[in-house]
Amino acid sequence: MKIEQVPVKGLTSEEYDKAVKISWKPKLQYAWDNGIAIGKYLQALKEGKILASLCHGCGRTMLPARSFCELCWRPTDGETYVEDTGVVNTFAICHVNWDASRLKPDEPRHIPAVIEINGASSGQGIMHVLGNVNPADVKIGMKVRAVWKPAGEREGSITDIKYFEPY
Amino acid sequence: MGLRKVAIVGAGITKFVRRAEETGQEMSYLAVKMALDQAGLKLKDVEMVTVGSAPDAFDGVHMKGEYLLSGAGGNNKQYIRNFVGGGTGVFAPIHGWMHVASGACDVCLVVCSEKMSSCHPHPQGAFLTIFDHTTEQPLKPTLIWIFALEMRRYMETYGLTRADIARVSVKNKNNAIDHPSAQVAEKVTLEDVLNSEVLAEPVHRLDISPASDGAAAVVLVSEEVAKRLTDKPVWIAGVGWNLDTAYWATKDLYYPRYVEKAARMAYEMAGISEPQKEIHVAEPYDPFDYKELHHMEGLLLCDRGEAARLTAEGYTARSGNLPVCPSGGALGVGNPISATGLMKVIEIFLQLREEAGKRQVPGKPKVGVAQAWGDLMQVGTVIVLRR
Repeated sequence: MKIEQVPVKGLTSEEYDKAVKISWKPKLQYAWDNGIAIGKYLQALKEGKILASLCHGCGRTMLPARSFCELCWRPTDGETYVEDTGVVNTFAICHVNWDASRLKPDEPRHIPAVIEINGASSGQGIMHVLGNVNPADVKIGMKVRAVWKPAGEREGSITDIKYFEPY
Repeated sequence: MGLRKVAIVGAGITKFVRRAEETGQEMSYLAVKMALDQAGLKLKDVEMVTVGSAPDAFDGVHMKGEYLLSGAGGNNKQYIRNFVGGGTGVFAPIHGWMHVASGACDVCLVVCSEKMSSCHPHPQGAFLTIFDHTTEQPLKPTLIWIFALEMRRYMETYGLTRADIARVSVKNKNNAIDHPSAQVAEKVTLEDVLNSEVLAEPVHRLDISPASDGAAAVVLVSEEVAKRLTDKPVWIAGVGWNLDTAYWATKDLYYPRYVEKAARMAYEMAGISEPQKEIHVAEPYDPFDYKELHHMEGLLLCDRGEAARLTAEGYTARSGNLPVCPSGGALGVGNPISATGLMKVIEIFLQLREEAGKRQVPGKPKVGVAQAWGDLMQVGTVIVLRR
């Protein structure tokens, strides 16, 4: 048998539209445990602070917080607050939603970034989004700071930081 | 290590299409039939079967390994599914190699099947849950974010332009015109790629491979069996795999060190000390065009930061010194995740047997490498073949 003889051909859009379809929408819901270290990390976010974990083995100040050092394979040696400022390591300007649908022309573009947080060890970045900035002005190496939700609205989530903005 | 030699003696592959009418089981059956026919074997000769398939979320079928079993020829055999995300397609033959090299069996079937079209509105949505559920998903990431972030970091590190990278897409989509399985082979120009719709800057639509349905299979046998079956065995000379941390934002994305570690493992096993000289044809994973360059560097096929220049000079063209993705790659043939990785292994198999038809690279290649990548910039899987 040769590839040319394998019948797989693929439906055209017209054929697909006419096909009998059965769809299923999963209605499962999940309640994830935050875990020991991330629980403390989220509690700190609620208080308007960023919490990192310390390892006396490798000397790293690690983000996000973790219970054990995956390099030294030992428990971490406590936590420390780091700055809520950082440096853009890399960024993108996104024109699509998570399901590949397109943003409308007047919707603000999403600007995800890896931000190396000041006070953590070199290279310890987190993913977040940038705001209050013209997408054309974003640069790698740009200094940014966290813009927090008001204390009363914070709920212990990574979204307690609304976005990072240049300063 | 007391490992036995393992040969590939047959390969099968379906067409890669956007929406296959066939189920994953039916596509698997077709690929397996073709592979067994080429090897001159019957299903009863197969002792063990390993199946690679990407996340269940694409098919919407839980326990996909068990679901695919009958189509993959696994009924009442030692059958198992393997999975390392996007790296699965090259890990699957490594897994089959373990079965034969260890002496557990003499004939092992390796099957990769993917049906991405079942997922609506778009299979991209199924990737949302690969991000950390607590610290990342609330930011509503799309899959393309992470590629755009990595591509920009790579471009910035070496001062590359979008055109430097888009040449890969042009090369691969044009190469795929000669591949009978190809889904999106087309004569595209550099301008077409540069001017295609922007999705997440710097990534545009034609920088990306499509979502696809398709299946592929290979038959692996021990040396003794290979000698009985064929005078053109292709040997698995080296295998390597490596996974890096899921804390993906804490590592510098400009270089895939996990690919290098996997490559070094495979090269050591194959006795290759100078990959730039000793490897004649390569199929690195190219779900995005920059990824081919990234992976060429991780595979030590060129110096860091040099892959784009070599591409522009034609070094990686089918007629170049080191043909890269002569199949047309994921960008051109299509990207049914696990089946793509195995398609790349099959391409090296065919190139080394000089059976690649219009895609045949010149110079009677003796050694080739295939590689896949996956997860949150985490996994490298590498296989070196030799005739």
